[in-house]
Amino acid sequence: MNSNMMMTAAAGALLASGLSTAAAAEDLTLCWAAWDPANALIELSRDFEAQSGHTMSFEFVPWTSFADRMLNELNSGGQLCDLMIGDSQWIGGGAENGHYVKLNDFFDANGISMDDFIPATVTGYAEWPKNTPNYYALPAFGDVVGWTYRKDWFERPELQAEFMETYGRDLDVPASLAELKDIAEFFQGRDIDGTTVYGAAIYTERGSEGITMGVTNALYNYGFLYENPDQPYDLDGFVNSAGAVEGLEFYKALYDAATPPGSSNWYMGENIDAYRSGQVAMQMNFAFIWPGVEADPNVGGGNSGYFANPPGPAGQFAQLGGQGISVVAYSEKQDAALEYIQWFAQPAVQAKWWELGGYSALSAVVEDPGFATSQPYAQTFLDSMAIVKDFWAEPAYADLLLPMQERVHNYVVAGTGTAQEALDGLVRDWTEVFEDEGKI
Amino acid sequence: MSFSVTEPSQRTKWFAGILVIGYAIITLVPLLWIIATGFKSPTDSIAYPPVVVFEPTLEGYVNLFTDRTRATEQMLEEAGPPTTWYEEIARERGTVITGQSRFGQRFMNSVIIGFGSTALCMILGTAAAYAFSRFRVPLKDDLLFFILSTRMMPPIAVAIPIFLMFRNLGLNDTHLGMILLYTAVNLSLSVWLLKGFIDEIPVEYEEAALIDGYTRFQAFYKVVLPQAATGIASTAIFCLIFAWNEYAFAVLLTSGTAQTAPPFIPTIIGTSGKDWPAVAAGATIFLVPVMVFTILLRKHLLRGITFGAVRK
Amino acid sequence: MTHSPIDRAALRTPPGMARRIRGLSDRTIAWIFVAPTIFLLLAVNIFPLIWTIRLSFTNFRVNRPNNAVEWVGLENYRRILSDPDVWNTMQATAHFLIWTIVLQVLIGFTLAYLINKKFRGNDLWTTIIVFPMMLSPAVVGNFWTFLYQPQIGLFNYVVSFFTGIDPASFSMIGDVHLAPWAIVIADTWMWTPFVMLICLAGLRSIPDSIYEAAECDRASKWRQFWTITLPMALPFLMLAVLFRGIENFKMFDLVVQLTGGGPGNLTTLTSIDLKREAFEKWRTGYSSAYAVILFVSVFGLASIYVKALNKVKER
Repeated sequence: MNSNMMMTAAAGALLASGLSTAAAAEDLTLCWAAWDPANALIELSRDFEAQSGHTMSFEFVPWTSFADRMLNELNSGGQLCDLMIGDSQWIGGGAENGHYVKLNDFFDANGISMDDFIPATVTGYAEWPKNTPNYYALPAFGDVVGWTYRKDWFERPELQAEFMETYGRDLDVPASLAELKDIAEFFQGRDIDGTTVYGAAIYTERGSEGITMGVTNALYNYGFLYENPDQPYDLDGFVNSAGAVEGLEFYKALYDAATPPGSSNWYMGENIDAYRSGQVAMQMNFAFIWPGVEADPNVGGGNSGYFANPPGPAGQFAQLGGQGISVVAYSEKQDAALEYIQWFAQPAVQAKWWELGGYSALSAVVEDPGFATSQPYAQTFLDSMAIVKDFWAEPAYADLLLPMQERVHNYVVAGTGTAQEALDGLVRDWTEVFEDEGKI
Repeated sequence: MSFSVTEPSQRTKWFAGILVIGYAIITLVPLLWIIATGFKSPTDSIAYPPVVVFEPTLEGYVNLFTDRTRATEQMLEEAGPPTTWYEEIARERGTVITGQSRFGQRFMNSVIIGFGSTALCMILGTAAAYAFSRFRVPLKDDLLFFILSTRMMPPIAVAIPIFLMFRNLGLNDTHLGMILLYTAVNLSLSVWLLKGFIDEIPVEYEEAALIDGYTRFQAFYKVVLPQAATGIASTAIFCLIFAWNEYAFAVLLTSGTAQTAPPFIPTIIGTSGKDWPAVAAGATIFLVPVMVFTILLRKHLLRGITFGAVRK
Repeated sequence: MTHSPIDRAALRTPPGMARRIRGLSDRTIAWIFVAPTIFLLLAVNIFPLIWTIRLSFTNFRVNRPNNAVEWVGLENYRRILSDPDVWNTMQATAHFLIWTIVLQVLIGFTLAYLINKKFRGNDLWTTIIVFPMMLSPAVVGNFWTFLYQPQIGLFNYVVSFFTGIDPASFSMIGDVHLAPWAIVIADTWMWTPFVMLICLAGLRSIPDSIYEAAECDRASKWRQFWTITLPMALPFLMLAVLFRGIENFKMFDLVVQLTGGGPGNLTTLTSIDLKREAFEKWRTGYSSAYAVILFVSVFGLASIYVKALNKVKER
């Protein structure tokens, strides 16, 4: 080997080491759902780009095709996404099928502690198996189903008087699901300022996860359990318990009696539309919409109020939404992706995240004394996050979701069979899935 | 006025004309509604009850081409007053434009994949059609039927193995993969159509050319192709329209880089709720080329949609 | 096809060129021209089909790369054919198929018959009527969800304008009785022009002389319609039915955007069901068997139909 070549090799090595210490500027792609918070995240990420020298690209997919598209991407080992803000229920599949990078060592090395985050979000978005300290994500966006209502309508004296006369109590935020139904029925078909309005917009969407995310808010509170608390995957008598049947019947009764005609396939977007255009007195929706409601020219600016999902006979729960941020195992830019998570976890960044409309899951942010009063919906968000419960997060999540969508939609919207038959059928479907999975 | 037994009476013509025009107007209403919605404000688009008279705005188009975020006071201060008309529209909604939306890129994907697959399809299709028309190809009828039958498969049915195959070949979500796929789907139509067109060109022209010393390739290139130009052009437009509008394969096999506009348009959402004006704006922009083609194609429409079974 | 002109041409051309012509015989050229097409179709259509058939006998799942793939024989087929849900989707498909074809043939033929009266400006109006079928079905389906919204959509208000029914009193997509018709209406709006065009070609292919002869025989217009117009346009009508039948058996984009298969399973057509099995539940083996069953049915039905069509043509 002549000296010339030696020189080149040495220079090359030097150059390489120089680059690696400066960390090559990468173009990272972050995948998430296409919605309001995603736009806020673009804004937030500008600081990261400035600090790290990396550039950020974003791939946002609408909710109704989010799971389809992204699970497809993960299953095919795609390298589209370096960072994935995946839905909470994907964590099992992400962990067991090796789609997500395990983050424990990284957290330890960088002093990120899961104790600093809202416990429900850590369990919901980061852990697999649940309630074990194995982390595959950092809680990124706290979200939960809650209710929005037309404060301006509720406060009208003539309506208050009439409500008092009919129901013998004040027209106010409902203290139970049954009261919520009364209020919805009270508004259903009512003429307000010359237009007919309806009670409540609830989730009924068939194609993806809509009706499941809605009906669970009734099911949980009437006594539905996913499995025997003492024996995993033991479903019979829990999924289809008497309470669960009653909860499902409640949801159907609410749908039949107090929702806008044609709201048979509604999810987040349709509910917002109905609410914004003044069709409904209340809407069920994830908390992420609240900043948008406040800013709306028609229903914002004090015309709307917010309340957590009201309790039922068996307790008070609310369906968990929200996501954690994970590093995709197929990415070739994992170091830069981890850098992003490290940056994102900083308290200052999380505080700005909340300011931009992102629901931070960092305890320091939400426990700040000024938090609860910082926005009209902040307290409701805190109350709701305290009562969350989530759908199955098993690797077979999609197989479990589909029969639930079908059974519930068939009963609630299409009116086929009874609630008992629907839930019995669900037990059969789910048992079959778990058998296929080898879990039972 | 001359009387013919087959010429309908004036009264019949009036009656027929009124009925057909009536149907045409009914059929146009949804289309016009889409176009009109593109020029409504989000509030007007979901007005309850719907409004026919409204103040037109380009907000839908602005929203279609931009990403926006809800502005905080601090952001507004930093950004200063709006400098362009579209920023002004965004500001009125209390939002700031953060960048270009994906629509432009999706539209370009539609253009690349649509035109790419059409070009490839024409090259392969014309050659095959010429061979089927002029030469004795063994098992010709069987091959032609085989080509036709590929069109009967539901796209979802073949999507599973194509998905697996593309995954192994690294063609998932690539322009090349989609171009090859659409070419294959369109080949059946183009071979059938083009064979019909080439059949109509008298063989004598080529024979004369061959006698004049042209090679087969030259005869094909210099004699047959110019004669078939109209046929090729109208076939090409049909292939383009299919590739342009296709949804099932696009939604299953593409996610980011190569996704075309049809799976994208229905999923456009705004800063809160569904942004119908932006969806309508996207649909309108997307259908303009197709409407132009329809008018250009008037004469060949029938042949194209019936696989050449009906000639006019 | 005769080879003699080539040979004659070859004799008169310089030796180099002659070799080129002889070197590329018609046979070779034919193969060079046909091979790429056949290759591409084999690669993208036939190879996947064979693969599908193979997969249909296994329990393979794309999203479980670590699970062992087992040969399960006809188990997938047994499960599909004994599944009542599958038969429900078949029923939904049949309802959709039959009614779209009936409506589109009735309206399409009537329109073609009227346009054939050659009133002034018929070309322009024909072109306008054709617009809907040139759109992207997914975009059309998506927009019809908007049109069908009882409170903010146009459809209910139009119906209410003509009938006086309260627009908010019915919901096309949400009602179990109306939803199957909602997809039929949207499809009919989109594809009636297609049937109309084919019928128009059929009507225009009937020579005037036949009517003139009938007129001499003093056959009534009514009789002329039944004995001349309809029989002579019938092959064209049947062709239209064939194409619409195949297309609507495969129907996916428009309906999935319009109703998502709901309410319940009422508008879950087979393609939508298949998509759920294949790309949401990721039951690859099972859905492959499903795909094979669908393909065999459409292929079988189409073949029988084409035989009938040929018989009608021969008459």
